[in-house]
Amino acid sequence: MYYLYILTLLALLISVFKSVDKTSKAVKIALKKFINILPAFLSMLILVSIILFLIPDKIILKYLGDNNKIVGIMLASFFGSVTLMPGFIAFPLCGILLKKGVTYMVLSAFSTTLMMVGVLTYPIEKEYFGTRVTILRNVFSFFIAIVVAFMTGIFFGEIW
Amino acid sequence: MTFNDKIKISGLFAYICFVAASFIFNFNPGKLIGINFYSFSIEMLKLLPCAFILIGLFEVWVKRKTVEKHLGAKSGFRGYLWAVLIAGTTVGGLYVAFPIAYSLHTKGAKLSIIFTYIGASAICRVPMTIFEASFMGIKFSIIRLLTSLLLVIATSMLLGHYLTKRKYKILPGK
Repeated sequence: MYYLYILTLLALLISVFKSVDKTSKAVKIALKKFINILPAFLSMLILVSIILFLIPDKIILKYLGDNNKIVGIMLASFFGSVTLMPGFIAFPLCGILLKKGVTYMVLSAFSTTLMMVGVLTYPIEKEYFGTRVTILRNVFSFFIAIVVAFMTGIFFGEIW
Repeated sequence: MTFNDKIKISGLFAYICFVAASFIFNFNPGKLIGINFYSFSIEMLKLLPCAFILIGLFEVWVKRKTVEKHLGAKSGFRGYLWAVLIAGTTVGGLYVAFPIAYSLHTKGAKLSIIFTYIGASAICRVPMTIFEASFMGIKFSIIRLLTSLLLVIATSMLLGHYLTKRKYKILPGK
């Protein structure tokens, strides 16, 4: 976590050094974005605080934890494909689940399908690319996400 | 205030009342929910300010239009690099990328480059990646970015090759 603080501080210092004006603008943008996202954020935290109470950690870990990798990846990539969630909400949620013991591999499957596979955006995508190409692109994306999940598993030593 | 807002605000109010009452009357499930909420919020507050400041700095110092102007549509390998860089500075999700993809197509960019752009704008938008790295760690982001980018470029080449032969055209959308 500390590298994030250091990086932010460094970036801020360089920015101030280059232009005080632009830096204050950047901070204002940051504040505005933060305020804009706050309601959605609050809703997410409330929902998650209730849902994670209702579903015991044991159950979460049984399906998304270390001992059931294939099921975890399948579940995660299914949910990632059919839901629509901005990254600003999704990654904090992943962070919470990570602390609960959900594997990097599963979270990678979830976040990558969330970003790349759009079952709900299918009608919009079809207007630009036609039915066949849209389906092809989404199927490719799904498999890319699975490969990414396995690579994540390998690098985080979760696969064996 | 819309109907939806009213529901949300009453929901929030009910939630606060429930948690507060649980603490007063020592109702365990409610207390646990409250503690959950508190600990998650603290986690968020440790990371969010940094993430948002980095995003703000990024938006002030890097603009998509400037990137576009400086790079221009390139061919060959640099074309893919260009598509990825433009995608990195795209703000918003896939539905923002589709119209941009269409306009790149009308300007003469190759199909494989356009599919790379679409894929890349899903996975490597800079503000989102800042968020990802803040919550999941930089190692996670790097593994995900490298693997998915390589695969996106490879599949885009395949798709582009196959569709160019069939004289495929991207539609203007609605």
